[in-house]
Amino acid sequence: MLAKRIIPCLDVDGGRVVKGIRFLSLVDAGDPVEQAKRYDAEGADELTFLDITASSDRRAIVSELVRRVADEVFIPFNVGGGLGTLEDIHAVLRAGADKVTLNTAAVEHPEVICAGAETFGSQCMVVAIDARRRVTGDSSSSSSNGAASGWDVFTHGGRRNTGLDAVEWAARAEQLGAGEILLTSMDADGTRDGFDLELTRAVADAVRVPVIASGGAGRLEHFYDALTVGRASAVLAASLFHFGEYKVSEVKQYLRGRGVVVR
Amino acid sequence: MRAAEVAIIDYGVGNLRSVEKAFGAMNCEALVSGDERVLLAAKRLVLPGVGAFGACMSALRARGFDELVRERAAAGTPLLGVCVGMQMLFEESEEFGRTAGLGLLGGRVRRFPKELLVPQTGWNQVAQRGAHALLTGVEEGAFFYFVHSYYCEPTAREVVLGETEYGAAYASIVARGAVCGVQFHPEKSQAAGLRLLKNFAGLEAGES
Repeated sequence: MLAKRIIPCLDVDGGRVVKGIRFLSLVDAGDPVEQAKRYDAEGADELTFLDITASSDRRAIVSELVRRVADEVFIPFNVGGGLGTLEDIHAVLRAGADKVTLNTAAVEHPEVICAGAETFGSQCMVVAIDARRRVTGDSSSSSSNGAASGWDVFTHGGRRNTGLDAVEWAARAEQLGAGEILLTSMDADGTRDGFDLELTRAVADAVRVPVIASGGAGRLEHFYDALTVGRASAVLAASLFHFGEYKVSEVKQYLRGRGVVVR
Repeated sequence: MRAAEVAIIDYGVGNLRSVEKAFGAMNCEALVSGDERVLLAAKRLVLPGVGAFGACMSALRARGFDELVRERAAAGTPLLGVCVGMQMLFEESEEFGRTAGLGLLGGRVRRFPKELLVPQTGWNQVAQRGAHALLTGVEEGAFFYFVHSYYCEPTAREVVLGETEYGAAYASIVARGAVCGVQFHPEKSQAAGLRLLKNFAGLEAGES
């Protein structure tokens, strides 16, 4: 049977792994290749690298990082952050990434999803959605039908409300050629109170591609809930693994004990 | 020119570097090449493939590598099709209507039924159904990394070396003589995948 996936996420800046402390200062947290190897040894099913480099030489830095990871880690990995064009995607894939994640660019230029899927295949194209629960009476939503889910899509690192409905956008992204949806709840992110199960399930039920749940992992049962109640195919977490609260292997052991198929 | 132990056929699609590196991690010499002379001389060939079946076949044909692969397979050269590369070993695919494959193995490539999440993405197990040097040291039920929307339906049962369950059981490893195919990505499947690549690098011409 297809196993549920546990995916550690590494934030990368200038070719190094960084961790934000309460979303303010960034601290250097090591070499991405070393971190990747550690997660690989712990049984991570794949890795996600989120490049937060703001500099203009980002493409060269990212390609070099991807190349180094691809040389030493034999599990799939996904690279996101600032990729906007077919050429950006091609460069990352050519360097050795297995898939790319698009967020802002997917909203602003949905044709990139189509072009990417046609050229590289849907399996390469992950659309990331940052969603926040809509405040009642919020008129910024332009959702066209009455069955709106109640979550808005944000871009630009969560700073800009697009007014798109998260569930509708996920379904549209699938139609455009996305092979996976990486869904982050902005409300749950960083709280450690658990994934937004309602959001996760609403999106998972609306699409026929895998949904990766992200944001809010704090305890072992949160992973279980996201994969069962939330119907996610995979769960992604950053700081929980990063600061060593849980090892990937511990999460898997727990899930296995509760009857979830994991590798 | 010295013959390469393993040549990974570069016909303009996919991420071939990770396949090359995976062989390297097992101390097997492998190189990515789109040079006909290298491909004609290599002791073993890997046929990768990613994306759409039709696009892969067209790209292969545009370089004349379809004939090259057929000829070398007929001569007994070990051949490993990976993912869409495995699918191309068969007669035809129903992706975008009907597209002809290499026809080295009898059967066709079909889409997973609508009720399943497609592509199948992630780690799934392979139940072994036959004996072959390719499987030496690979544990029964080992997990491999899969990403695909279509699966192979061989005509002959005896080519099926491994089966995987997704909705129903389907062929995930096939071989007829030295013509082999794996639906998963061995280069992304940690120890089990690397072992399989090492086994392939040890196959001799005409061996099964």
